[in-house]
Parts: sequence; C-alpha cells; structure tokens
Amino acid sequence: MDNLISSLSMLENGKVLLYVGKGVLFTIIISVIAVLVSIIFGSVLAVLRNYCTKGISKVFGTIATVYIEVFRNTPLLLWIFICVVFCPAPEIFNQKLFTLTSVETKLLWKAAVALILFESSIIAEIIRGGLNSVLLGQFEAAKSQGFNMFQTFIYIILPQAFRNVVPTLLGQVISTIKDSSYLANVAVIELMARVKQVLSAAGQYNGTNSIHSSDVFVLFGLAALIYFVIDFALSIVVRSINNKKKATA
Amino acid sequence: MSGIFSASAWNKVWMYKGTFILGFWNTIQTSILGILLALILGLIFGLMATSGNKILKAVARVYVEVIQNTPVLLQCCFLYYAMAFSGHSMGILLTGVITLGVYTGAYMAEVFRAGIEAIPKGQSEAAASQGFNYFEKMRFIILPQTIKIILPPAVNQVVNLMKNTSCLYIIGGADLISLTYSFVTGANTGGAYAPAYIVSGLLFFVMCFPLSKFAGSWENYLKKKEQRTNI
Repeated sequence: MDNLISSLSMLENGKVLLYVGKGVLFTIIISVIAVLVSIIFGSVLAVLRNYCTKGISKVFGTIATVYIEVFRNTPLLLWIFICVVFCPAPEIFNQKLFTLTSVETKLLWKAAVALILFESSIIAEIIRGGLNSVLLGQFEAAKSQGFNMFQTFIYIILPQAFRNVVPTLLGQVISTIKDSSYLANVAVIELMARVKQVLSAAGQYNGTNSIHSSDVFVLFGLAALIYFVIDFALSIVVRSINNKKKATA
Repeated sequence: MSGIFSASAWNKVWMYKGTFILGFWNTIQTSILGILLALILGLIFGLMATSGNKILKAVARVYVEVIQNTPVLLQCCFLYYAMAFSGHSMGILLTGVITLGVYTGAYMAEVFRAGIEAIPKGQSEAAASQGFNYFEKMRFIILPQTIKIILPPAVNQVVNLMKNTSCLYIIGGADLISLTYSFVTGANTGGAYAPAYIVSGLLFFVMCFPLSKFAGSWENYLKKKEQRTNI
C-alpha cells in the first residue's frame, strides 16, 4: 500500500506531468500530420491502382499495387528501422526543435516518414473502397459535361469517395495514434516512450529509490488512460456518423 | 545504400541465416499460439456480446473498448514490467502470446459479434422451436453459418497479429524483427543493413501476403454473390 501511495505521488510531480504532457502533444501532432499526408499520398496510390489498368499507364498501376501490398504485409517497425538508417534528413532537422535535441529531431523526421509511408498504404486501400462505391455513371456524366480526367477526379469522383469513407478514415486515425507508439522503439519523443523513460527513473520520483510493480501500474495506467480517452472519443464520433448514415439510408 | 549490392554483406546474412530462421520460427510460434488464444477469447466475448444478457454484454463491451483503444505496445510493456517488478518474470514469447492473444481477441470478438448478428433471427427461433438448447443452437446452427462471413475479417486480424509480433522488440524480443535488428547492430555481425532488412521484410511478406490475398478475394466473392442474389 505504501508503494502505491509513493507511486501515486509521482503524478503530483509537475516535472513528470509536463514531460508526459509533451509526449501526448507529440503523439497527437505526429498522428494528425501522418494521417493528413497519408490521405494525399494514399489518394494518389488508390487512383493509380484502381484506374491505371490499360496501356502504358499500367506501369503506374502496378507500382502502386506493389507498394500497397508490400507495406500492408510487413510490420511498421521494420519500416521505422529502415528509415532510421536510409531515410535522408534535410538540413532543417539538424538542430534543436520543440525542446528535442538535434539527434531526436532527426529521428522524429525519419520515424514520421516511416509512419507516413506505412499509413499511406492502408489509407490507399480505404480510399479505394470509397472509389469503388462511386458509380461508373459519374465518370460518363462528367465526361459529357466536358470535364477532363483531372477535373473529373478532383471535382466529381474523389469528393464522393471521401464522403463514403469518412468514418473509416477516422477509425484509421485511432489506429495511427496507436501505431505511433512504435516510435518508442527508436526515440524518446511521444507518450509511450516518455512513460517508459519515467518508469526507468521511477526510483527517483517516487522517493523510495527503487521501482515497484505499483509504479508500472500507475505510469502505464496513466498512459493507457490518455490513449483510451483520445481513441474512445474518436470512436464515439465514428459511431455517431455511422448511425446517422444508417438512419438516412 | 550500405551494402545492397555488396556481396560480402549478403554473404554475412547467409552465414548467420540461423538468426533469421530462429526469428522466423519464433514469430510463427508466437503467432499461432496467439491466434488460438485470440479465437477462444473472441468466441467467448462475441457470444457474450450477442447473448442478450445486459451484464455479459457490458463486460464484453468494456473488454473490447479498453483493448481496442490502447496500443498493443503499451499492453505488452504493461504485462511484462508488471510481472517483472513484482518478481514473477515471464518469458518474452509467453508475454507475446498473451498480449497478442488478448489484443487480437478484442478484434475477434467484434468479428464474431458481427458474424452472429448477420444471421437472420429466424434461424435462432427455428432452432429453439426444434428444442435445441443455447449451446447446441450455436454449435450446429448459428456458428457454421457465420464462418464464411467472418473468414475475411478474421484472416485480416491474423495478418495484423503477425505484424504486431514486432511489439516484442521493446521488451527485448526474440521475434524476427528484433533478431534482425540485433543482427544489423551486433558487434560481430553489424553493418549489413540492406540485405538483412530485405530478407526480414521478405519473410514477413511471404507469411502475410497469401493470407491477405485470400481474405481479399474471399470478400470479393461474397460481395459478388450478394449482388447476384439481390438482383
């Protein structure tokens, strides 16, 4: 019981809370940026895979297909490791940014690239599902109105496809927030890594000079609670959109 | 690109092929045991969610929401460190089996629930009218009909589980990714980044691609069948 009380006293330590709080911010920012970039990249991949099936354009379709299948069938951690070694970091990241050291900033960039590459493949498949639900007649109608190929996609097809997959995309934001915890394997930036970091020094913070299982419960419990609140809130939004859709359909 | 075309790097990977085989084997072992646990948990909680009993339903709901909304990596760390600091250190692979089983079990529960709910209510009533009790009804009437519906999403979850074995790295894992990483950073073996990652990625692809391909084509087949019957 004394152990638990001393573990809980860590949560009153402003330094610990600030440190973990920054991790929460990083988790959210990394995930949101990763999803936004992945939606753009994923849309391109989805369109290529779905519609580049004839003639010379087949090359691009095949490339998109191979990309999607390779990334969907290998773990994120592998791509994080690969990017840490091979992904070039622009000069701008070679400095102290957002309270991170220059080494951490570079790792953040590399790991974020891996996360974006990985999520794009999944989001591409989601968007492809949306594209497939757009009726073929829409293409013909757009053509008859004098839209060219590019305009057809931007103004007619993609907006409809996106509207169909909004709940699934939001669900993918939940997955991305969870997946971003894999970044903890290479750098101490986001929530998961910071909590683990605090745990490894828990002896200093709880005042007993040693780490007990109650520290694990308190710290990881806190992290689980934060992840749960963010993700559960999102999943409620997803559910309410789905219910509205069902009601109108 | 450090050594993608270098013969000596590839040679190194070949010399230490035992590392990759061991990792591959560990990953498969963890996956299979994890899948079994996930299926059992998924079936139990799926049945609870469709049982109509409010308490059982609430328990299943809480399990699914808590597990689905927290990262698998966190659950893995939680289990491993909680056991380690309370003096009951667990093996890494056992931790992996339990974590992945429980994590994927939450997704399987949703898969089973959706499958059972997709069976028309008349089937249940017909079974009851023929004197089947609950377990007989599920065993002989309902579950056999759900198999073809739940197969694609269940297989997708299996693929996710295999990929998630990489979460073991954070607790010093013995799975394919962890062993690959310790191979490329090892004192004697280090440096052969490109070949090692290619081999490890390829091994994962060989495991997962046939499964996700199968799930995808089965799903398309079901969709087409549905369209035909609707016309």
